[in-house]
Amino acid sequence: MDIKKTPKKLNVKEKYRLMTRDLAWEPSYRDEKEIYPYVDYEGIKVHDWSKWEDPFRLTMDAYWKYQAEKERKYYAIIDAHAQNNGHLNVTDARYLTAIKLFLQSISPGEYASHRGFARVGREFAGVGPQVACQMQSIDEIRHAQTQVHAMSNYNKFYNGFKDFANQRDRIWYTSVARSFFDDAMSAGPFEFLIAIGFSFEYVLTNLLFVPFMSGAAYNGDMATCTFGFSAQSDEARHMTLGLECIKFMLEQDPDNIPIVQKWIDKWFWRGCRLLTLVAAMMDYMLPKRVMSWREAWNIYGVENGNALFRDLARYGIKPPMHWDDVEKSIDHTSHQIMLGLYQWKFGTAFHSWTPTASDIEWLKEKYPTTFEKYYLPRWEYAIAQKENGGEYNNFGLPKLCQTCQLPCLFTEPDDPTQLAHRETEYEGEKYHFCSDGCQHVFEQEPEKYVQAWLPMPSMMQEPLKGDLAAWMEWASLEPTAAGEYASSEDKANFEKWRKQVSTD
Amino acid sequence: MSRVFIILQANEETRSIVEAIEQDNPDAEVVHEPAMVKVQAEGHLVVRRETIEEEIGREFDMQELNINLITLSGNVDEDEDALTLTWNS
Amino acid sequence: MQIDVQTVNIEQKNQTFSHLKKRFGDKKIPSRYQEASYDLQAEENLHYRPTWAPEQELYDPNLSKIRMNDWYDLKDPRQFYYSTYTLNRAKQQETMESNFKTVESLNLIEGMPDPVLAVAQDLLIPLRHANYAANMNNTLVCGYGYGTVFTQPCVYHAMDNLGIAQYLSRLGLMIGDVESLEAAKQDWMDSDAWQPLRRSLEDLMCVRDPVEVFIKQNFVLDGLLYPLVYQRIVDQNLVEQGGSGISILTQFMTNWYLESKRWVDSVIKTMASESAENKAVLEEWIDSAANHFTSVLLPVAGLAVAGNQADELVSEAHDELLQRAKKAGLFK
Repeated sequence: MDIKKTPKKLNVKEKYRLMTRDLAWEPSYRDEKEIYPYVDYEGIKVHDWSKWEDPFRLTMDAYWKYQAEKERKYYAIIDAHAQNNGHLNVTDARYLTAIKLFLQSISPGEYASHRGFARVGREFAGVGPQVACQMQSIDEIRHAQTQVHAMSNYNKFYNGFKDFANQRDRIWYTSVARSFFDDAMSAGPFEFLIAIGFSFEYVLTNLLFVPFMSGAAYNGDMATCTFGFSAQSDEARHMTLGLECIKFMLEQDPDNIPIVQKWIDKWFWRGCRLLTLVAAMMDYMLPKRVMSWREAWNIYGVENGNALFRDLARYGIKPPMHWDDVEKSIDHTSHQIMLGLYQWKFGTAFHSWTPTASDIEWLKEKYPTTFEKYYLPRWEYAIAQKENGGEYNNFGLPKLCQTCQLPCLFTEPDDPTQLAHRETEYEGEKYHFCSDGCQHVFEQEPEKYVQAWLPMPSMMQEPLKGDLAAWMEWASLEPTAAGEYASSEDKANFEKWRKQVSTD
Repeated sequence: MSRVFIILQANEETRSIVEAIEQDNPDAEVVHEPAMVKVQAEGHLVVRRETIEEEIGREFDMQELNINLITLSGNVDEDEDALTLTWNS
Repeated sequence: MQIDVQTVNIEQKNQTFSHLKKRFGDKKIPSRYQEASYDLQAEENLHYRPTWAPEQELYDPNLSKIRMNDWYDLKDPRQFYYSTYTLNRAKQQETMESNFKTVESLNLIEGMPDPVLAVAQDLLIPLRHANYAANMNNTLVCGYGYGTVFTQPCVYHAMDNLGIAQYLSRLGLMIGDVESLEAAKQDWMDSDAWQPLRRSLEDLMCVRDPVEVFIKQNFVLDGLLYPLVYQRIVDQNLVEQGGSGISILTQFMTNWYLESKRWVDSVIKTMASESAENKAVLEEWIDSAANHFTSVLLPVAGLAVAGNQADELVSEAHDELLQRAKKAGLFK
């Protein structure tokens, strides 16, 4: 070779290929199967890893440079937020329920993604997806950490934040999110990528991060809005990775298509069930609303999802199996979840409330066919009970769905007056489900889902043996962090401090 | 035809980028929401380096978009001169 | 505690999160490193066993022969969490960028003696493949290790190794364009000098005990390779022969090694002091790997210096490594 040859100017694609693709080699001393033991067992056939298309071509120098810039901006804002009592700028302390739920349920999911992407970044046998997944892994730990740092300041002044680590593993509703991520991590590398990279990131995170974070800004919470948007700028890369990955699998071998379709069906449903919590956050927990869950779904679910599935149709991929059931449920789920959270509010690490008169007007307007007819009467009943000095609580423990782990509180897709309930018998045991979607997921892999840890039955077992108080202590469920918002310490403090600020 | 979009944080830096995108995509629609700005178009949207450079009066690296990007929709193709978003349907 | 911000006096309810209070008390406000690192990984009530290895737990401390009562004892003395890590590297990257510019604008490569360039080509450029293996190995430790304070620095270390492979690639492009990278890959695949190292790395990529991989890659191999190649051959031999330009372009590697060995040493020290069993396992791994990699690196050093001197340099690096092991409480 010719040393000191004047280098040609390389274009970005060529340079990136040399800087990543070209680093790997074909092993000759060891068998590839020993190095990548998990790449085959799901049945996905890959003939040529080099056909992988890199969506964004960030080399590490550019990665460090741009990410550092994002980090500087982010920490400048949360430092200012802490120094200036930014927590008093939020519209109303009701809003804090949304970010408590976020820290308890979503941030641990970010962490799980970090670990999961490290695993698949090691298990894929091609350097293109390896590097892309590793980069997502390091981004995901960023998200978990920026979220904890943003919430750290709220934790100094309000209840419901301090025990998130313990609550992650023990509370009934955090188990919903954790079972989702545990499900993905315990699957093989390709399914993990369809679960998190495609179904969750591509199809669903826009619903979580875009309208909700815009709502956070609208409600004066610049700390949350900033971590949300800052994280989402990484998500744009991740979504593209998810889309490239699915195209890669579909193009490698026609036998992959039915496997991928099965995963899309499963993970779309799993994701939509998880997002019912976000639906309640959007419709009930933002004191000032940017858009309803229905409106967000129309833009980011229907419009964007249809565009995506029309695009994938050329491979023979069909829209997810339970799409219609999801569509039918959109006008109902936020109300059903919020009513559920309200009736079990003694067992949550956040406050809930009955909607105010202006909330009710807004909900009527946004859900003209469902709210007034099906849900307003139940809220009015709860409000009346309160006015008569009672409380609307349900101390009966809910029956949890074996798959999504939410209480079985959803209705039949075609009959909103009828609670949906499904049962499957497997090896002599009966399992309960909230829907056809969750039952279907179970029946595809019963040997997996029978393993699910269900928080309610565990309360009846050793060592708690049905002792509710002991269970609450074990799950760090403190009375000050639970219950009705109106009588909460958070509300009283927030109003006292706000008054101080405005009168001093 | 399906709609593609790109959403950026609403700030001083992205003002000129959005203006550049508008110039290159006369049919695109710009929607302002709290803290963010969305640019959407039917089927196809292109973000060109040269136009951004004219707007901001300095060199621009397409990867700088990462700093203020919130999300996008469509198949992505990025090189040193442009980022394009398309749906094939 | 009271905070005064102009107009308001607000009493704080909580100084910190409960899991940090349990570990560190609440006399001091926890650092951002502590908030970002401790107890982030799920610990109990994991839902499903991995379908890829049903005998394992989803997070499983028993994947390693090393046992820790508390894996969160293995803290990173650099206290890197994402933000501090990224800001640090961005700063180093800026320096490297200006180093590359300096070398280019002063035509330092063109003015360099041919033997120096030949060493850079034969010894340094093939190493980018070794960094790729290190990237994969650290990714495995991050994925399957236990406890965030141990696993988190490994993803940073993995990305650093990718970064180093990319700096070496840029160096190759400067000295011989795409052909430099092609020739180096040919060497890596076929030339006698590189085969023992390539074989050893393929072997290491088959190991699944995350701590064993950590020890053999980050302590043993890197602990021999960086002192040998960057500290001795590049920064001494090549500089003496007019190769300062090369040394400027490997500055990141030199500094990175000095920085990261503090972390690696501290992890080993903590593991070794935990129990006699851990100490014995670590000694066995280190002893066998140190001897093995020393012999593997001998032909590599021979690409840059004559046989006798290669022996000498490699055994110096070996002694230095054993000194580090002793300081960490091993072999005594």
